[in-house]
Amino acid sequence: MTAQLEYPDIDDDNALLSIQGLWKVFGPKAQRVPRRPELAALDRAALAAKTGCTAAVRDLSFNVAPGEVFVVMGLSGSGKSTLVRCLTRLIEPTAGSLIFEGEDLRAADEKRLRELRRSKFSMVFQHFGLLPHRKVLDNVSYGLEVRGESKPDRRRRAQEVIDLVGLAGNEHRYPDQLSGGMQQRVGLARALANDPDVLLFDEPFSALDPLIRREMQNEVVRLHREVGKTMVFVTHDLSEALKLGDRILLMRDGAAIQLGTGDELVGAPADDYVRDFVRDVPRADVLTLRWIARAPRDGELLDGPELGPDLLVREATRLVLESDRPVKVVDGGQLLGVISPEEILAVVADPADSHWSAQSSVRPTD
Amino acid sequence: MKKLRYATAQWAIGLTAAALALAGCGGAKVGDEQKPAAGGKECGSFNLTVSPWVGYEANAAVVAYVATKDLGCKVVKKNLKEEIAWQGFGTGEVDVNLENWGHEDLKKKYIETDKVAVEAGSTGVNGVIGWYVPPWMAAKYPDITDSKNLNKYADLFKTSESGGKGQLLDGDPSYVTNDEALVKNLGLNYKVVQSGSETALIQAFRDAEKTKKPLLAYFYEPQWFFNELKLVKINLPAYKAGCDADPAKIACDYPPYDLDKIVSKKFADAGGPAYDLVKNFKWTNEDQNAVARMIAVDKLTPDAAAEKWVNANRAKVDTWLGK
Amino acid sequence: MAAITSDVHVEVRRPRRSVVIGVLLVVWVAAYFVLSGIDTLPLGGQETTGFHRWLTENRDFVGQGNIVFDTIRSVVDQLVVLLQSLVSQPSYGRPVPVVGWLGVVAISAYLAWAFGNWKVAVLTAAGLAFVGLQGLWQESMDTLALTIAAVLLSLLIAIPLGIWAGLSNRAFKVATLILDLMQTLPTFVYLAPLTLFFAIGPAAATIATLIYAAPPAVRLTAHAIRSVPPESVEASRSLGSTRGQTLTKVLLPMSRSTVVVGINQTIMAALSMVTVAALIDAPGLGQTVLKALQTLDVGVAFNAGLAIVVIAIVLDRVTTAAGDRPWRTASVRRKVLLGAGAIGVLVAIWFSRTYVWAAEFPSSIGVGSRIAVIAADVTTWVQDVFGGFTYGVRDAVTKGVLNPLEALLTGSPWWLVGAVVVTLAAILGRWKAAVPAVVCIGLLVATGVWQDSMVTLASTLLATVVVVAVGLTLGVWAGRNRRVDLVIRPILDAGQTMPPFVYLVPFLALFGTSRFTAIAAAVVYAVPVTTKIVADGIKAVPLATVEAANSVGSSSWQVISKVQLPVARRAITLAVNQGLIYVLAMVVVGGLVGAGALGYDVAAGFAQSELYGKGLAAGLAIVLLGVLLDRITQAAAPKPHGKGDKQ
Ligand SMILES: Nc1ncnc2c1ncn2[C@@H]1O[C@H](COP(=O)(O)OP(=O)(O)OP(=O)(O)O)[C@@H](O)[C@H]1O
Ligand SMILES: [Mg+2]
Repeated sequence: MTAQLEYPDIDDDNALLSIQGLWKVFGPKAQRVPRRPELAALDRAALAAKTGCTAAVRDLSFNVAPGEVFVVMGLSGSGKSTLVRCLTRLIEPTAGSLIFEGEDLRAADEKRLRELRRSKFSMVFQHFGLLPHRKVLDNVSYGLEVRGESKPDRRRRAQEVIDLVGLAGNEHRYPDQLSGGMQQRVGLARALANDPDVLLFDEPFSALDPLIRREMQNEVVRLHREVGKTMVFVTHDLSEALKLGDRILLMRDGAAIQLGTGDELVGAPADDYVRDFVRDVPRADVLTLRWIARAPRDGELLDGPELGPDLLVREATRLVLESDRPVKVVDGGQLLGVISPEEILAVVADPADSHWSAQSSVRPTD
Repeated sequence: MKKLRYATAQWAIGLTAAALALAGCGGAKVGDEQKPAAGGKECGSFNLTVSPWVGYEANAAVVAYVATKDLGCKVVKKNLKEEIAWQGFGTGEVDVNLENWGHEDLKKKYIETDKVAVEAGSTGVNGVIGWYVPPWMAAKYPDITDSKNLNKYADLFKTSESGGKGQLLDGDPSYVTNDEALVKNLGLNYKVVQSGSETALIQAFRDAEKTKKPLLAYFYEPQWFFNELKLVKINLPAYKAGCDADPAKIACDYPPYDLDKIVSKKFADAGGPAYDLVKNFKWTNEDQNAVARMIAVDKLTPDAAAEKWVNANRAKVDTWLGK
Repeated sequence: MAAITSDVHVEVRRPRRSVVIGVLLVVWVAAYFVLSGIDTLPLGGQETTGFHRWLTENRDFVGQGNIVFDTIRSVVDQLVVLLQSLVSQPSYGRPVPVVGWLGVVAISAYLAWAFGNWKVAVLTAAGLAFVGLQGLWQESMDTLALTIAAVLLSLLIAIPLGIWAGLSNRAFKVATLILDLMQTLPTFVYLAPLTLFFAIGPAAATIATLIYAAPPAVRLTAHAIRSVPPESVEASRSLGSTRGQTLTKVLLPMSRSTVVVGINQTIMAALSMVTVAALIDAPGLGQTVLKALQTLDVGVAFNAGLAIVVIAIVLDRVTTAAGDRPWRTASVRRKVLLGAGAIGVLVAIWFSRTYVWAAEFPSSIGVGSRIAVIAADVTTWVQDVFGGFTYGVRDAVTKGVLNPLEALLTGSPWWLVGAVVVTLAAILGRWKAAVPAVVCIGLLVATGVWQDSMVTLASTLLATVVVVAVGLTLGVWAGRNRRVDLVIRPILDAGQTMPPFVYLVPFLALFGTSRFTAIAAAVVYAVPVTTKIVADGIKAVPLATVEAANSVGSSSWQVISKVQLPVARRAITLAVNQGLIYVLAMVVVGGLVGAGALGYDVAAGFAQSELYGKGLAAGLAIVLLGVLLDRITQAAAPKPHGKGDKQ
């Protein structure tokens, strides 16, 4: 029942988190929608007109590997927030299965769910969701407090993560005395404090200005490197997705459109919608040589320089343009293809490309 | 700014403390002149309802004064409307009512059926209910005091509320009235308009006399207001025993009321000096008016008014005390 | 896109709506001339229906002597007696209360400082000293004791209920319905019956006050819980909090300031109610006011009323300051100061227990009698100067507006009025308004006081129109101009908390006993709340929006009519709604100054046992009118988003 998508995925055995046929329908008698094929087949508008229900998440299946940064992307209203909340049942899914480390999350009772949330999952929110009546230190230690740790332990651990996210010195200030970026660091610290296996982010940086946003993204990259957590990261900003994501799930109207790495999305869009979506991306920054190598033409000299297939186009540009021979793309001694300046120029000089990319990276969102 | 604020607070505290210390050095101490309640034991305490008119307050003032000063009782006054006071007999909240205006239905319920209250004799005051006009009208239209002539003057009494007819203003909803039946059965071209309260009635009369406005209204005696303004009563067809048997067919004046005292059964059964005082208490319209005037017009406190009257009428008070 | 289409929608619908309503009214008037006098369901003053007699007979159904009621009564009584012996009545064998005036002033000012700031502490001390100087110390303390008892009990019930209604949608719906009922049911309706259950005195007074005062705390607690940002709640849940932890660590702390607003409103309502409860022997300032009323002593009544206003303003400002206090924990400096202050308070209490001058408020300074004399003189002056003129106004309004309106309502057959009202509701709000209208009309007929209801409805409509007109004007003015706001706030507070009994006498002098007098009293009572809500609504319009309008060169009038009023539309709907409820709350008081009809019926039911049933029916009729008008105004109000819930 999940096979409407053809995309490369981790196999179930290696997955940390495995989602199968997940539905979330809001509205009266929501249960019937996934059950009845004629309703399940309707698109969102038709479903709303017919039943008054909104299918926020429709029939999603994917696996998340341990240590992976899994990005969920889509336009506003595409169901990203709903999806990420379904993962820990902050929103109760309507149908489907959720397996985490072999355990069926949908079968877990209240108590077990609380335990999981206390130790395995943490979430970072778009508008921070801080508690204004608590100091930074007490906000960060909140999760430890609810799981009943002693005060000294709480303090120590909270101080560690506060230092980790670069908030040292602000422990005794209140959230409304901090800038937006600092507030989100508090949110991040709070999520890290109980040392979870999986971090869930719901558009954590879209309320921040572009400079701070970039800084925070780098922070996440750094943290991922340092603490190596699995992350599910929701965003509607493509450049953010490309920057952070190992793999990206693109959603529209609750359904998955494409799942793949960044260069797969850009290089092989599944349909016109995705193509449109990724059009403004500076392709040279995303695509690797693998995507533009072509078979050598007859009579071409194959004694040019060699490059690996996972090198970004941007990084190879200079060499290719300066070389008087086609450059060879070689993977493990095997020739994948060649690249000459015309392939490079096709990527770099894509109409409106550089112009738009400059704008899109600073476009204020939300 | 912040500094300044704290400084102010500190100053305030400091000054207060200093003032307290200075002032505290002198002055009488609490309890210095506390006098033991004389003979409080044998009389005990009783609850006295105070109905909302000044004549009643005069009764209450004098009885409470005598009971406290001469008998050493503790009197708890409760300001209650009549109906509510009657309920109080049943619950023990009220022991004494000094001035009851008829209320045959309530007597039946609380005295005969529930057996929680008993009669304790006449107050000595005669109650009159009727229709009144301000003095200037009686002077200007001498024949208006005969109810037969009222129709002739109906036009005078028209107001914004009376819908083209003459207005007959009624009073507080707690007073029983036959006015609607009277207007109908006497064939009067009048409409009964509810003023809704005694205050409204008195204010209306005051205003009518001052600005020479016509006014015909329900009123009653004794009432402190007669000290201010001698209202003139309209003569309705004379009251004969039984003429008010059927409320819908009433066409005669209100009966004269002999106002009486009601006490709770519990209070009567216990006997005691306070009960004797209440039972013996009896005075006249003039007595009551004298005290009422002191309270309402001279603005004395009830206690002060009672003291003044008792000192001037010691003989009468002694008869109540059985001396 | 959506905004544009809905605008177009309104543009098309509005003229059609008003045309249809106009036609409806014309048809009604025409039908009135043909049908007037038929089926008008009149009922004379002393007449009753079978339903009324049935109510009267079943009045004693649950009488006293019941263990439950007795227990409640004695607990409440003891609470009141305890508070009284603390601050107002001689107690424990001493001729003075446990804490004398100096102690009370010190404690109050200290609490005001600790929970609020030093400014309100000074205000508190000054306010209490003032009522002492008025010669009303003991009465004020009695009022305060009763108010505190009622507020404590109200909160004990209201806050858990509010939390429940905040967490559960169904509880919220049920609660809203019951609270509306509690707030519109005239106090007089349950004042007398309550004495049957809880006897006369402080207990019944406290419980009557509780019924009246608890609703705002329930409403605002529920509202506060509901408006905690969902992300904070989700964050808490996502970290594995139990429901209890989320409630105590997130929802309640974050609701604090709104809950305090609810407490503030509860205190205000309780204060106004304990004065009315003087009718069933509640001690305190209300007694003074009622006594003064018997001898038409405007001065003394005003003096006591002023004390109530002063207490109300103190309590209001202190609770507001407490609500506005930021989250921060106190600085070390403040802690030290608080500690020092506490010692000062203890010293003051000791003084007030030891020395007579600190225990009993010195009575030599007669500020009170001077206030009374001045108030009486001013009243007389106003009466003399405006007397003739005011009668003219009264007669013009009565003849020109009120009488025709009343004739139309009372003279038409009941089914005609019913049909018009239901059609009107249907035009404005489709079946959602029409169904309640049908039910209300049906029940109104069943109460047996149809004609009285129509008389009251006429006055209510007129009063509400005046209240809204005045409230909008003042509110917009105050909302746009800080200085005006500063000046009129205390006056509005006074209008709202001054017991209506106080201004009845001057009003009677100015307008005589008439429906107009009742309308004037209702306007004085309802204008403050309407004005405040409108002013707050106008102030809440984002500055940027106003600046944008100014930047394109709008005139003041254009800014008001095209920007501020439309943006503040929800506040204005609420203002109209509350104005209406306040006008209805004054119906019974109107009955005391000549409005007759339902107000008089209720008052008569309170005073005469054989009319009890009719009084209760009239009370219900007032509630029904309230619900009916509420539904129709809600339906008539433009709705920006979806359902647009109340409050
Ligand atoms: N509680 C709810 N009840 C009904 N519908 C809901 C609810 N929550 C979300 N929806 C609907 O589900 C759809 C998906 O919402 P969701 O918030 O998941 O989108 P999103 O992708 O996170 O959008 P954004 O980028 O704006 O945050 C939307 O159409 C929304 O209207
Ligand atoms: Mg979202």
